[in-house]
Amino acid sequence: MRALASLLCGFVFGWGLFISGMMRPDKVLGFLDVFAIPSGNWDPSLAVVMAAALVVTGIGYALARRRPPAFETQNQWPAQTAIDRPLIAGSVLFGVGWGLVGLCPGPAIANLATLTSPVIIFVIAMAVGTVVHDLWFGRSLAPASPSLAAANAADG
Amino acid sequence: MANFTPVSAAIGGALIGLSAVLLMLLNGRIAGVTGIFAGLIDPLGTDRGWRATFIAGLIAAPLSAVLVGYTLPVPQMPTSLLVVIAAGLLVGFGTRLSNGCTSGHGVCGIARLSPRSITATAVFMGAAIVVVALTRHVFGG
Repeated sequence: MRALASLLCGFVFGWGLFISGMMRPDKVLGFLDVFAIPSGNWDPSLAVVMAAALVVTGIGYALARRRPPAFETQNQWPAQTAIDRPLIAGSVLFGVGWGLVGLCPGPAIANLATLTSPVIIFVIAMAVGTVVHDLWFGRSLAPASPSLAAANAADG
Repeated sequence: MANFTPVSAAIGGALIGLSAVLLMLLNGRIAGVTGIFAGLIDPLGTDRGWRATFIAGLIAAPLSAVLVGYTLPVPQMPTSLLVVIAAGLLVGFGTRLSNGCTSGHGVCGIARLSPRSITATAVFMGAAIVVVALTRHVFGG
């Protein structure tokens, strides 16, 4: 049931990305291009996507806090609260990559449906970047370490 | 603002929120694509089953959209493969280091009013805005 439930969630998420236009890198870059504001060519759509998602998630999470999940014993809320160097450095690196192409992980994976080689290459590079990180910080080599537990209870 | 599509943006955003809420109500998990993807490709990763089906659903959605008559636009990507590879590496490494991306920090984290996620989102959005400004207005002409 867990697998089926998350299939449904991935499917709804993918439809959200598709309908909102956020699978299109040009639309995402159109939002990030704030210097297009004076000329009237700025596209604020991404802000509306986030605002709508936040309203629904905020209300839904308030409900979710009151009860255990249907197919698990308990909710796994992220435990990390530190605003530390890895958070900032990682966010800067991610932001640079996002600004270069206009794809973040969700839309990149959803765009695999187009079977276009630049997208496939991007997702492979993304996987390599992830594995390089895990090897560098020894997560995959020490599965019982607290850092792996922390990683698996990640923010996202 | 000729490119602004507020209605489809609001509907799509609400669906993304609905997905995040359902994943918490059903499986007790955060709908963060970074964490789901990384746990799936980690050779020693746990809970591979639900991670794989989430990713499968994510890819199946645009395919089903085509089946019901929508056109799936081919994403406009940089012509330089070097840029595509570099950006992919940065996104993969960076999101793993900061433990989240637009979904995990940007939606699920901010919805929890987590200062950590609000900071991450401000930083990656700021960095992306700087890069787009440089590539489009300084070097891109």
